Amino acid sequence: MQLTIDNLTKEFTTDAGEHIVALSDINLEIRDSEFICLLGPSGCGKTTLLRIIGGLDQPSSGQVILDNQVITRPNPRMAMIFQEYSLYPWRNVLDNTAFGLELNGMSREERYAVAKRYLDLVGLTEFSQSFPYELSGGMRQRVAVVRALAVEPAVLLMDEPFGALDAQTRNKLQHDLVDIWEKTKKTILFVTHSVDEAVFLADRIVVLSPRPGRICENIPIEQPRPRDRTSVEFAQVRRHVLDLISLK
Amino acid sequence: MRWYLKIISPVLLLVAWEIAAIAVNNEFILPRVGSVFVVLLQPTKDILGSGSLLDNAIISLTRVVSGFLLGIVVAIPIGIGMGRVRWINDMVDPVIELIRPIPPIAWIPLALAWFKIGLASILFIIFIGSFFPVLLNTIDGVRRVNRTWIETAYMYGAKELQLLVKVIIPAAAPTIWTGIRVGFGIAWMSVVAAEMLPGTTSGLGYLIMYSYNFGQVQVIIAGMIVIGIIGLGIDIFLKEVERRKFRWQGLER
Ligand SMILES: Nc1ncnc2c1ncn2[C@@H]1O[C@H](COP(=O)(O)OP(=O)(O)O)[C@@H](O)[C@H]1O
Ligand SMILES: [Mg+2]
Repeated sequence: MQLTIDNLTKEFTTDAGEHIVALSDINLEIRDSEFICLLGPSGCGKTTLLRIIGGLDQPSSGQVILDNQVITRPNPRMAMIFQEYSLYPWRNVLDNTAFGLELNGMSREERYAVAKRYLDLVGLTEFSQSFPYELSGGMRQRVAVVRALAVEPAVLLMDEPFGALDAQTRNKLQHDLVDIWEKTKKTILFVTHSVDEAVFLADRIVVLSPRPGRICENIPIEQPRPRDRTSVEFAQVRRHVLDLISLK
Repeated sequence: MRWYLKIISPVLLLVAWEIAAIAVNNEFILPRVGSVFVVLLQPTKDILGSGSLLDNAIISLTRVVSGFLLGIVVAIPIGIGMGRVRWINDMVDPVIELIRPIPPIAWIPLALAWFKIGLASILFIIFIGSFFPVLLNTIDGVRRVNRTWIETAYMYGAKELQLLVKVIIPAAAPTIWTGIRVGFGIAWMSVVAAEMLPGTTSGLGYLIMYSYNFGQVQVIIAGMIVIGIIGLGIDIFLKEVERRKFRWQGLER
């Protein structure tokens, strides 16, 4: 897998007629199995970039290339996990998890078997008949993650998926995500505005500056995993990232 | 609300009615409560050779269900088209807006001119009555489907038809159901009105009109009570279905 973002810009014209340059001159090479965090303050264009990579929006210029293929629409090799409304409220957990497989035309038996295996992976087997409104926010996001994994994409695109969760649940899901990543070796592009989250998760932090959104830093995080948030090393890395950001 | 509070007003109504009936002392204007209940308690007894309460209720119900299903079958696809596709909406909306304010009953003369007296006219009136609430709610429900739900489906490779069947329709279903409830209420009113037309020979609307000609006010009131109870019963049923099927409503996150 090779994902390349090539000279990408995105401009919007608001309803008021105002011209906004949301992203400017974005170049990024993402390697196979890399865990990248896109870090930046709100409004700097993280969601816009992720949506363009996912093929949900078109760039104003430049392109996104996945293994020699220019992305112009959603591609089955990339799955997106949203922050909110990530599950279908009228489907139970099992049917939510099997959703992608169902669209691919897999038989009921087969897709349930696959979905159950993935629910097992995140310890949600006993909730397979529950509906999303019966689950906590953390559980819902877990289901959203395994629904994505079930279709075996090469790339996971995650837009502040844990942003609406409390700190404790959030830490737990970050741990789980690292576990999953280590097991499956997916390429992950994870959007966040939290330095702490980025330092905990990423192989590499790509920092976006606000208005127009540009890549202003590319920070490799070489700290071995599992990372310990309370350790001195972790604090040093976080300090380093914060220094780099605040210089901007 | 507590049940004993709920029964206060119906009991008061009955008492007031009985007092008024005694005061009026004329069964051709206001019969006693008891004489109406005599009619209600014999629902299978033939009334003046025009069939029993039950027979006529079944006839009215069959008509309303037929005309109503017709309304739904036409309104929902048009509503989905208008809710999903901008140009369909822009093209169809002006006509809808123009026709919508015309009450179903105002269509009766035209229905008679087109379909003559009989079943077709009645079905047409019911159709008109139920069509608009179902249509407008379908449009609204389809338009308000959460964008993330649609994009999630696209990310998983949904084709347009899959999107429609697996996301748009289930997501809009609660709103469409509200339209169905409102539409059924109007359809029920329309059928009774249509059955009161000259030339009709059956149905609850016919029965009460016919009873008027014979001065049978207790049958008129009994018929009205049956009309009310059936309308209420169906609404309770539709609400119950809504409560069970769309439990997620308002809890989506
Ligand atoms: N559809 C749109 N139309 C106009 N402006 C938009 C649109 N989408 C995003 N923007 C603008 O682009 C900028 C980046 O937005 P976004 O990508 O959502 O930022 P982030 O996810 O980093 O918070 C913001 O200023 C936002 O107002
Ligand atoms: Mg965002």
